[in-house]
Amino acid sequence: MSEIKSDAYIDITDVVCPMTFVKTKVAIEDIENGQVLEVKMNEGEPVLNVPRSLKEEGHKVISVENNGDRTFTVWVKKGDI
Amino acid sequence: MSFTNEQLERYSRHIILKEVGAKGQKKLLESKVLIIGTGGLGAPAAMFLAAAGVGTIGLVDFDVVELSNLQRQIIHLTKDTGKHKVLSGKETINEMNPDVNVVTYKEWVSSSNIIDIIKDQDYDFVIDGTDNFPAKFLINDACVLSKKPFSHAGIIRFQGQTMTYLPDKGPCYRCIFQSPPPPDAVPTCKKAGVLGVMGGIIGTIQATEAIKYVLGVGDLLNGYFLTYDALKMEFRKVKLSSNKNCGVCSENPTLTGLIDYEQPQCELKGN
Repeated sequence: MSEIKSDAYIDITDVVCPMTFVKTKVAIEDIENGQVLEVKMNEGEPVLNVPRSLKEEGHKVISVENNGDRTFTVWVKKGDI
Repeated sequence: MSFTNEQLERYSRHIILKEVGAKGQKKLLESKVLIIGTGGLGAPAAMFLAAAGVGTIGLVDFDVVELSNLQRQIIHLTKDTGKHKVLSGKETINEMNPDVNVVTYKEWVSSSNIIDIIKDQDYDFVIDGTDNFPAKFLINDACVLSKKPFSHAGIIRFQGQTMTYLPDKGPCYRCIFQSPPPPDAVPTCKKAGVLGVMGGIIGTIQATEAIKYVLGVGDLLNGYFLTYDALKMEFRKVKLSSNKNCGVCSENPTLTGLIDYEQPQCELKGN
């Protein structure tokens, strides 16, 4: 799975809600429509809420991968917003 | 510009909003809003704009803080009595949000200075927080002539009103009210009284309009007059159209310069 090409990467494992989504939003606003952001986040609340919030804003979650170390990696394609 | 971690946290509730986001918050931080009058309307408007991270806030007022102001002008504290309102306002804002640059104008607006003040920082939006008709007409005319969007408002007793003007879109304040009423025909809030919260409600609506204008989201109150009756707890939004014979914003304006209308005598001696 990790061969998905990403245009930017952000690690939000060091912050909690709502800064998880705040930092993700800032990162996705910095890339172009159609580009892919790779986000590393903790299991539990972040992986439940951040991908959902991204979808609500019109972005496309391409893939979610369990890293096996209580973190997940989410690939999201920036929507035309 | 990029955000510091402190800014990301301070503005997180804004950035989360789809209509704001990081881009919108950057717009706010780069925006400039001029507030004329730092009293009942201007005080809450200034505080919410400062909290929102509006990067430059201009404050215009020549008054000093009096005890009788503190029932509604919440930007000023008891220890500020005797201090110029623009200085007291600047101190409160600086303590609230270090991101905001406050520019103070310790003067009354008149035909001789208002255009210079508006142009001083090339303000994006003007808030009329004044308490008298000569100033309201002056601000309207100056904003129409210099093509600046502005929010008009007035409060008295339990009543409030507000409208927004957008350049070239009209109607302007003078489309609705052709000229000021005769001096002393309408009581001022000093004589008539005003519920302290009125400025909070209406001034905060003015701040909302400024923020939406900067962000470019939603519908503004241009073309409408919003009235609020606190006793009945009733808002009314009345549709307005431009006056094709308006003295200032019509195609053939009769007014080409600014007018200093006469102030009622009692209003000239402070508050």
